[in-house]
Amino acid sequence: MRTAITRAALLLFCAGLLAATGPALAEEAKPEPKAVKLTTTADHSKFKQLQKAFASGPEVTKACLECHTEAAGQIHRTKHWKWEYLNPATNQKLGKKNVLNNYCISIAANQAACTNCHVGYGWKDNNFDFTKEENVDCLVCHDTTGNYRKVPGSGGQAFGKDTEFPPGSGKIVKGIDLAKISQKVGKTSRDTCGGCHFNGGGGDGVKHGDLDSSMATPEKELDVHMDAVGLDFTCATCHKTSSHDVAGSRYAPTAKDDKGVQTRGKPGSGNPATCVACHGNGPHKKEARLNNHATKIACQTCHIPTFARGGIPTKMEWDWSTSGKVDANGKQFVKRDEKKRIIYESRKGDFKLGENVVPEYAWFNGHVEYTLLTDKIEKGPQRTPINKLGGSAADGKSMIWPMKVFRGTQPYDPVNKTLVTPHTTGPDGYWNTLVWDKAIEEGMKDSGQPFSGKVDFVNTVMSWPITHMVAPKNKALGCADCHSKQSRLAGITGIYIPVRDNNTLVDTLGWSIVLLTLLGVLGHGALRIVTGRKH
Amino acid sequence: MSERIYVFKRFERFWHWSQAALIIFLMLTAFDIHGTYTIFGFEKAVAYHTIAAWTLIGLWVFAIFWHFTTGEWKQYIPTTEKVVAMMNYYLFGIFKNAPHPFRLTTLRKHNPLQRLAYLFILVCVGPLLWVTGGLYLFYDKWEALGLSGLSLEWVATGHVIGAFMMLAFLIAHVYLTTAGHTPMAHIKAMITGWEEVD
Repeated sequence: MRTAITRAALLLFCAGLLAATGPALAEEAKPEPKAVKLTTTADHSKFKQLQKAFASGPEVTKACLECHTEAAGQIHRTKHWKWEYLNPATNQKLGKKNVLNNYCISIAANQAACTNCHVGYGWKDNNFDFTKEENVDCLVCHDTTGNYRKVPGSGGQAFGKDTEFPPGSGKIVKGIDLAKISQKVGKTSRDTCGGCHFNGGGGDGVKHGDLDSSMATPEKELDVHMDAVGLDFTCATCHKTSSHDVAGSRYAPTAKDDKGVQTRGKPGSGNPATCVACHGNGPHKKEARLNNHATKIACQTCHIPTFARGGIPTKMEWDWSTSGKVDANGKQFVKRDEKKRIIYESRKGDFKLGENVVPEYAWFNGHVEYTLLTDKIEKGPQRTPINKLGGSAADGKSMIWPMKVFRGTQPYDPVNKTLVTPHTTGPDGYWNTLVWDKAIEEGMKDSGQPFSGKVDFVNTVMSWPITHMVAPKNKALGCADCHSKQSRLAGITGIYIPVRDNNTLVDTLGWSIVLLTLLGVLGHGALRIVTGRKH
Repeated sequence: MSERIYVFKRFERFWHWSQAALIIFLMLTAFDIHGTYTIFGFEKAVAYHTIAAWTLIGLWVFAIFWHFTTGEWKQYIPTTEKVVAMMNYYLFGIFKNAPHPFRLTTLRKHNPLQRLAYLFILVCVGPLLWVTGGLYLFYDKWEALGLSGLSLEWVATGHVIGAFMMLAFLIAHVYLTTAGHTPMAHIKAMITGWEEVD
């Protein structure tokens, strides 16, 4: 009896113990799932306005604007919409509408194709209505499904139903489910921004070198901030946007930011997209010497050791003058390199591609001057600059920046001595006809500029400051990358860089003296031995 | 008949050898930094060079204190006496087993040429290296110190000139250690403190 009671008590005790520890153990093994924090207070799929079939993009935009009444107005003020920018420093009228480059050259007479990357619908020619609110394309930036498509050649339109395009061609472009896409709108992402900015120059990685589709889900090695399983920055994390106006500019970049970290409420804050805006002006905690370097050297110079690192090549050279060749059948052809990458196209000419490209370096103070259609150019031994970067060691505003320097050979008018804007796209564009003068005539007419009818080619050069693809710190440049005879900064003038600038006369004299001393003592010693001095 | 005199005291010997090691290491890292060869590479060489320089400064603080408290600094007062004789000896006499013109004592342990050479190192090469090296090290403070008018190129070049002079001195100095009573006599003296004199 006694033992039975003891046993029962023991059992009870054990059961109690189990009861006490059991749930605790279970809790540890299976943590309660954290509630997913929604980044939005609105579930767009619940909105009646979006629960219907949309035939076209503008129909969706009208629905968006029913709630977001001021959104289109905000967009209308931006570069993304206007493709126009007045540089206050130079008074130059820039923006995609006005500048030309040495890639596909210009949008003139090519609007229907180029505006596939316009945040609007229907910009086919110069008659586009920039004041119409429903022409704003909300989805191209706010799509989260990845299913949104603007139809190439249509002036950036999106078709909600199957449509014959081009009209009369008999080709049917499949419509996309605009309702579903609109119900899932969200914040911009690397994918939405990248849809255009990864494909600048007409293809993946072509233009920038530090922006390509490898940046959609980059590893830490490729971009320490955008690392998809790490910090996972989107473009807008740095390009902090307010009122739909995206911070950061290529036309008036911030070359030197000495304003320090941008804390909330700090008045007079500048560009939020700079490195300094988060990291401050003295970010190197262990090596103070590096902070001193950072007063003259842009962060990007050391922290982006090479560009086009994600496995996607970028174009480094483009020679339009070799275009126009056809094969035995009179057909256009392409040539590829051993990696199957295109290096020649009949319609475009020869390309040189680069991967893991070591940038060129230049003093840069943020001042950029473009060569516009109205500017006279001279064909000479020097390449004609498409953009001239201001900067020097002495102006106190410049930093040493890494650049993608893109070299091209492009058509120009040797009589009027101007660059030209060829009409390349579409059935009567150069890419189809391979006839320059007609194509240029049409393009220049669209630009409102004279064309003599004569075509020649001129070597041009364009600099693109490199700022993306920031490597982890252990992959940053080391001292000897610049402090050596093979210095990366070989072309940088106006400063003394130890080792690179060793005084050769001093070296020669110094080693001569050392050698003479050595010979002197060796001779003296030898003589002592020969003369047989005992001790 | 030779006698032994105690010329180099314990601290002095410690100072000499640790200084020798530091200077040789400074040379080694210096020309690595300079790009003449790569042993540590620029980055590490700079770090080591800096550490060695600070260590040498620390050593010098003690050495200067020692020189003044013991009065040994007087050993470096230059003299023209017997300079010509010494030069004659090194140029001719040494090959003919001529007697050494200088007889060292504990109060005059450096021969006149040594005195001049060491003094030159002490007042010319040394300061050149220390001043330019210090400026180099604190390049980022120039503006705060009101030195922004200085030229890094001049400072750097001055430092290199100093390094070459020091290297030339080192070679001659090491060689002349064999020109004593016996080839090893001076070196032994610097190790044990005791020098045999005629």
